[in-house]
Amino acid sequence: MLEIENLNLEVDGRPVLKGLDLIIEKGECHVLLGPNGSGKTSLLLGILGFPRYRVTGGKIVFNGADITNLTTAERVKLGMGIAFQNPPVIRGIRLGEMVNLCRGDKSGEITDETRVLAKELHFTEEFLERDVNAGFSGGEIKRSEILQLMAQDPNFVMLDEPDSGVDIENMELIGGMIGKLLHRRERPSRRIASGLIITHLATITDYVDVDWAHVMLGGRIGCSGNPDQIIRQISEGGYEKCIRECQMS
Amino acid sequence: MHKRVPDVVNVVNPEDYTMDAEEHVPEDRSEIEGEYKKSLLEVGYDPDGEERSGSFLQLDHSVICSTTVQEGIEVIDSSEALEKYSWLSDYFWRAVAADKDIYTKAVAEKQTGGYFVRAAPGVKSIFPLQTCLFIGKERLSQNVHNIVIVEEGAELHIITGCSTAQDVRSAMHLGVSEFYVKKGATLTYTMIHNWAPEVVVRPRSGIIVGEGGTYINNYILMKPVKDVQMYPVTYCGRNARTMAQTVIHASKDSKVDIGSKVVLEGENSRAELISRSIATDQANVTARGAIVGSAAGVKGHLECIGLMLSNTARIHSVPELEATVEDAELSHEAAVGRISEEEIAYLTARGLSEDEAAGAIVRGFLNVDIKGLPPALGAEVRQMIRMSADAL
Repeated sequence: MLEIENLNLEVDGRPVLKGLDLIIEKGECHVLLGPNGSGKTSLLLGILGFPRYRVTGGKIVFNGADITNLTTAERVKLGMGIAFQNPPVIRGIRLGEMVNLCRGDKSGEITDETRVLAKELHFTEEFLERDVNAGFSGGEIKRSEILQLMAQDPNFVMLDEPDSGVDIENMELIGGMIGKLLHRRERPSRRIASGLIITHLATITDYVDVDWAHVMLGGRIGCSGNPDQIIRQISEGGYEKCIRECQMS
Repeated sequence: MHKRVPDVVNVVNPEDYTMDAEEHVPEDRSEIEGEYKKSLLEVGYDPDGEERSGSFLQLDHSVICSTTVQEGIEVIDSSEALEKYSWLSDYFWRAVAADKDIYTKAVAEKQTGGYFVRAAPGVKSIFPLQTCLFIGKERLSQNVHNIVIVEEGAELHIITGCSTAQDVRSAMHLGVSEFYVKKGATLTYTMIHNWAPEVVVRPRSGIIVGEGGTYINNYILMKPVKDVQMYPVTYCGRNARTMAQTVIHASKDSKVDIGSKVVLEGENSRAELISRSIATDQANVTARGAIVGSAAGVKGHLECIGLMLSNTARIHSVPELEATVEDAELSHEAAVGRISEEEIAYLTARGLSEDEAAGAIVRGFLNVDIKGLPPALGAEVRQMIRMSADAL
């Protein structure tokens, strides 16, 4: 589904990814681990084609097509979606309208479909009237991002730390919804959507079963493998030791 | 390229404009309303008067109609009212000083109409009352004096539109407005301005809100104008509340100096002022807001936000707070800048193109939740704002 080959990426002229390779097959869910500043979020925004994230080498292939030079909107139309970690407040656009936009509906009317989805994420109807992200709590931001993704229903889902700053109750809800987005309840052969999840403490892996884990360091993927094994190695010896052991074996 | 333009709009001599206008008569009302229907509708004046509790229309210096359908609500020509009610003279020039500036002096010397509106004690308006001051003659100076009295416990909504005929380019509108919101009463006043590119506008307003009263002011300016300058001052008594929401889209060569001041002089009174301005082309906006807290337990917040859509426009945001007592809680939030790239990126990640995202952000920016309006009127006002945003 997604093939990234020798990707070099600059943010405002500063190199952040240095020859990164990654392959995600249809129906797979991958987690991305790594210390702060290792380039995890840049990778996601680069895949999505944000203008500040400039590809200086390599390519991104999505469903067989080279998308390296496409705009964000074009990539989204091909089926990409993202849940941001710290999304901006948009004044005057209500969450309900935003959910409509995700579905490609530009009307301001909040539909039953939106209400039903919102309810699944424990949002009241009144909450849908609030300006997007204005005064939302940490947990509300996470749920609102997932709500927007559910409405968008992309087949490649990126999530930037969906588990940071979330209490246990919300974590179960969010985990369940991510599982749904990624068709994790289906047999592997029936899963259509794929996912790439950034996680700091790997909490999400307690709620969503994951096929692969990658450890990023210095703008490259230093190590890939079985999630349980990698998470154990990191918690025992840190990122660098994990990568060293990984590269020796 | 970046010019430095003065803060204040030019002083314009009312003498440079003419006071002579043809007299229009109420008998021609339907003809006049028919001729200017589109312009009237654009400022919220519905000639059919549907879902309105009354109507007042003035063309140049002539009052074309002053009717009410709800008992307890009166609307008539303010000069006529002064003759009719001897007590009314106490209300003239109490909230605004006659010698404040050359414009108030011009109105004091040569008043040409204006409305008197009164809601009797305890009367609650079901539908808003609509008023419109319309200029149909080139180079005219329209000098109106409006008086609004909302008696104890009454509730009144007024929607007022000011506009010009489509063939009028240059004119002057001077409007003195004095509002008296009595004990426990509520007034919502929604003003929509729609001027021509060479019209000079100088409203001068004062609002006195009595104990436990509420005054809500909404101001909307969407079309180009030569210059508008106004700075209504609201005085809040004990436990009184005021809210003001200003939405300005300044384009072309418009010069706009608009703000409001609230004096919280009664204990526990409250004020909330919200101003949103967009400047495009060569527009020059000064957005002011001031709250003075001079009694115990007062609270005030002002928000002054400007969005720049051009390199040749200018927005000067001037939030001011002044406390003269220890127990006052005043705050403000001010910001001026371009559309945030981060916000655009966020919306493109949901599938909008960059242009669509910018449009949605501008629309959202202007989409202030206009408070205190009956739902149907709120929807009308939102529609007007949306149309203006879509035209950007």
